[in-house]
Amino acid sequence: MKKNSKNNFSRRKLMKSVAAAGTVAVMPGFVNYSQASSSAPIRIGFQVHRTGIGAAYGRWYDRTTQAAVKIINDSGGINGRPVEIISEDDGTDPKRGAEALEKFANQHNCDVAFGTLFSHVVIGSAPRAGELKLPYFVVSEGHHVASGMLNRYTLQPGITDVKSQVQAMAPFVKDNLGKKVTMVYPDFAFGHDHRDYFSAAFEARGGEIIAKVPIPPTESSFSKYFPKIPRDTEVLYHVMVGPAVLTFVKELGEFYGSKGPKLFGFIDSVEAVDLNTPGLEFLDGSYFWEGNPRYAQDNQTDHDQFYRSAVGVDKNGASVSDPKDVSTYAHMFGCWETLHIIKKGMEESGYSNVKDRSKLIEAVESMKNMPLSQAHPQGAKIFNGKTHQTFGHQYITKMTNGKLVLAHTTSIEDTFYPDEVDYTKQSF
Amino acid sequence: MRKNIILHLSALATLFLFEMLGIFSEYHQGNFARILVLAAYGVGYNILFGYTGLLSLGHALFFSAGLYASGLSIYHLDYNIEQSLLLAICISALISLIIGFLALRTIGVSFMIVTLMFSQIAYLSILYFGSITRGDEGFVIQQSSRVFLSMDLSNPTIRYYSALLIFSLCMLTNLWIAKSPFGRVLVAIRENSERALMLGYNVKLYKLFSIIISGTISGLAGASYGILFGYVGASFAAVSYSIFPLLWVLIGGAGTVLGPLIGAIFMFYLIDYASDITDAYMIIVGVALLFVTLFARRGILGELRYRFYKWIA
Repeated sequence: MKKNSKNNFSRRKLMKSVAAAGTVAVMPGFVNYSQASSSAPIRIGFQVHRTGIGAAYGRWYDRTTQAAVKIINDSGGINGRPVEIISEDDGTDPKRGAEALEKFANQHNCDVAFGTLFSHVVIGSAPRAGELKLPYFVVSEGHHVASGMLNRYTLQPGITDVKSQVQAMAPFVKDNLGKKVTMVYPDFAFGHDHRDYFSAAFEARGGEIIAKVPIPPTESSFSKYFPKIPRDTEVLYHVMVGPAVLTFVKELGEFYGSKGPKLFGFIDSVEAVDLNTPGLEFLDGSYFWEGNPRYAQDNQTDHDQFYRSAVGVDKNGASVSDPKDVSTYAHMFGCWETLHIIKKGMEESGYSNVKDRSKLIEAVESMKNMPLSQAHPQGAKIFNGKTHQTFGHQYITKMTNGKLVLAHTTSIEDTFYPDEVDYTKQSF
Repeated sequence: MRKNIILHLSALATLFLFEMLGIFSEYHQGNFARILVLAAYGVGYNILFGYTGLLSLGHALFFSAGLYASGLSIYHLDYNIEQSLLLAICISALISLIIGFLALRTIGVSFMIVTLMFSQIAYLSILYFGSITRGDEGFVIQQSSRVFLSMDLSNPTIRYYSALLIFSLCMLTNLWIAKSPFGRVLVAIRENSERALMLGYNVKLYKLFSIIISGTISGLAGASYGILFGYVGASFAAVSYSIFPLLWVLIGGAGTVLGPLIGAIFMFYLIDYASDITDAYMIIVGVALLFVTLFARRGILGELRYRFYKWIA
């Protein structure tokens, strides 16, 4: 029979426990639990697209952030301190974004800033983050971080970038869908990244881009662009963002009906859009890139189940309280994972106040393997501390009976490309 | 004139002393640096709208002309700050001349639409030539490039004084124009252009000069913005950046030298404080603007001039 531990607690055991606790207290990562003289919250400035073109993403980035913070706080916070989110609308505007960072650093005394998706907001804000010496964790997908354009204070550890995503799609498209591709993309930097990186990767594998159809960003009707797609197109690669995405896919359906080339699209074209919307039936059988599969798959991990439930997303990728409120599931996991990385970085660096910001950055830079876990429900990742960019699995799903079913998962290695910068050589 | 000189120099001295005596917190210091550059843009707009009576809806074209001329010359050609500023002033003046020459073939609503269209052409051109301009994403002017006469312009104090210097230059130019015979002709054109024509003034030429001065000041403000804050992006060429200076001028007082500064401060902090209260801060901003429009139709300084201080320029 097991003895009651309370009765068995001798003086010798008490001494051992005190010694053990003391040893643990001086180990890296635990220092601040013992040093946490203050229970003041860790303040994280959350730059969020509440208004402007990115509002649909912002709403779900916000929900994911709140859910992640609740989980972190329920499990003891960071270094024993609760996490507090200070939100500020950036209006999906770079000037306003930079002002938000200024507010975080100088008015709210935030420890770090994080959030935001649209590249121009990140690029407009990052110089200010560097000047303010404010660690700025972005969840943007843009290649701007790894390209070397930004600075040591800007990191993207929670979501892969467009360059790695796009090049990882090329083998699947070439081997499974066809060799002659026409690309339809928005005629601005995000679309140009798709055009340039996919073309290069696809042609390197022996495929051919037979036409490129850029669509001006101010366009609200797309029918006139579809006749530019050559008849011998085997695969139509499409990507579109912004409020007109639904019009784009509907008009694409009206143009082709049930005929036409095979479709491969980035989920951005239908992100936050209900796929059972009338007029989208033609998408059945088409393929999509997804950063994280919107529909719960047959092989769903416990981690995805936990994450999905915590954020309040049902198995179809919509809000549990409103099935018509479809999430931005392919992207928003980045907020969850980034917050967990900030927690880990702060704990490993013994972060206690803003003077430790450079230690936090060094701790994150030294991270490498991020295994599939509750902190990383999208999948395992490899972080490159030199380029401040993470690399991870990409998912290709096939629209089957109104649902996106997983067809292929890339390896992490498929997403690698040579380093273009070494931020660790920049001084703080 | 003496009262005006005292008033305007006092305003500049106050802004100088606030920084020198450390009255600004770090946050407000950063905000005011931004506001001063934007107010310089408002000054440029005010010369055309407030003094000459020409309502442009395309001034973002001039602001972005300066922004991109300086930014691209630093980014692609490794120009230093002095060279890039000089280029930005020249390019802005040249574009103002061309746009003025074409747009002045129209008047009234047509002038508004033509300026708006030119501005949209510029905006879409920035996106179209994305390989050079980096399109909507824009690009960063690295901290190492933002050095002027061995001074690091990203340093908060130096940035503030630089912004104050730019604003002072623009504001004093405006004051000089307002009190000069040239400025009086502009006001005459604003009040009754046909009468000015009858009096023998070459109205079109005066309007053209007004556009050139206005556009060049706006371009200088744009170049300063990019250099001081390190970012050049297409959003600054969008239509909203043509509307902002109109709002600053209307709120502060059209045809007053300090009006754009007052309007820019009012708008900046209205948004700043309203966003602390609610996520739907634009509703508060809208209501506040409605009240200003209803109860201070001439703008804040314009109303003070109308009611109490007729001498204010």
